[in-house]
Amino acid sequence: MITAERKPFDEIIELVGDKKKILVAGCDTCVAICLTGGEKEAEILASELRIKAEQEGRAVEVEHTAAIRQCEWEYLDMIADKVEAADVVLSMACGIGIQSLAEKFAPKLVMPAVNTNMLGMPQEHAVWLERCVACGECRIGLTGGICPVVRCSKSLMNGPCGGSHDGLCEVTGPDKEEIECAWALIWERLKAQGREELMFADRPPKDWSKSSSGGPRKMVREEAKPV
Amino acid sequence: MAGEAAPGAAEAEASRKAVDPDFEPEIIVFACHYCAYAAADLAGSMRLQYPSNTRMIKLPCTGKLEVIHLLRAIEAGADGVYAAGCLEGECHYLKGNLWARKRVDHVKVLLAELGIEPERVEMFNMSSAMGAKFAEVATEFTQRIKELGPNPVKREGVSPHAAAREALGGVAMPDEAESAAAAAVEEGHAE
Repeated sequence: MITAERKPFDEIIELVGDKKKILVAGCDTCVAICLTGGEKEAEILASELRIKAEQEGRAVEVEHTAAIRQCEWEYLDMIADKVEAADVVLSMACGIGIQSLAEKFAPKLVMPAVNTNMLGMPQEHAVWLERCVACGECRIGLTGGICPVVRCSKSLMNGPCGGSHDGLCEVTGPDKEEIECAWALIWERLKAQGREELMFADRPPKDWSKSSSGGPRKMVREEAKPV
Repeated sequence: MAGEAAPGAAEAEASRKAVDPDFEPEIIVFACHYCAYAAADLAGSMRLQYPSNTRMIKLPCTGKLEVIHLLRAIEAGADGVYAAGCLEGECHYLKGNLWARKRVDHVKVLLAELGIEPERVEMFNMSSAMGAKFAEVATEFTQRIKELGPNPVKREGVSPHAAAREALGGVAMPDEAESAAAAAVEEGHAE
């Protein structure tokens, strides 16, 4: 799923500025599941904003709502009245939801209350691990179902570098936690599958123009378009 | 060395806010049905004295308490809020009180980012047999809040108790007295 983290409160306050009618708009899909921007979290942020305003003696109206999916026009219709009534909308959806909201209700002021950070897998309750970067050309069929683009610190496509030791990467995570070497994992998985020969297979270069470096991407399914 | 320690203590004393003798804090207690609520009953039966500043809301378990419930009480002007759950390891629902502690800790973080003293919210643990502990916690927490002074977002005419109950919705259990009154009305005994 898409994961996001709430922005620091001071940054949110700065984005809201001196606006009087604030709507905190959550999204009840991915960001709700990663406990960041669902209706519950929108209600908490709205309460915090009211407390802050009360403390400073500012008269503001803060409401909260949540769209079932902020990234789809139909669901945005369901919160249209509240959005129209607000001076500023603080969206707690992922970057897609925030932009959908901003586009549908343009030129309404829509601000992000979260930082969208990855396409992650919930490893356990309240822990998410990055598993995909949506590169547009999936190669995990050759790598035992383990993505070297996202899990190798260097996104190497042809085996490990010299920084792989005892299954660990020479790079550590932001909190100094160890990172498993993706290529060591791939080797072990391929061995378990009896497909070690794939490590030595000739692989054509990946087409990176299909990733975000090729400009904004667009997907059209002609057969599914409404008639 | 003793001579050096004394000014430090005096400084700490001076830095503490002067307690307003007329300030009677409004404190909301989220009490677990299985322990703290029964401990409060026991404290009453034992004729133990404790400040009357606390207003209780009974929950089936402190694990039902969420961040927004605590925040709503503060937003409505409660000077202090605490959750009183079972002793750790003795929760009727196994881990409800441990969840509650985590949520209280998170509210402390939220209050700190709002510039409000995190000490205004707390988590306490007690068993149903600890009437004296209930009275002691109520007394100490009331004193703590008296020293902190009023909640900076206090508003006229807003009841923190009512706001907290409203936020909890059907999660809050009726008070014994309230239930008895409701039953009397239902049976036609009420005047």
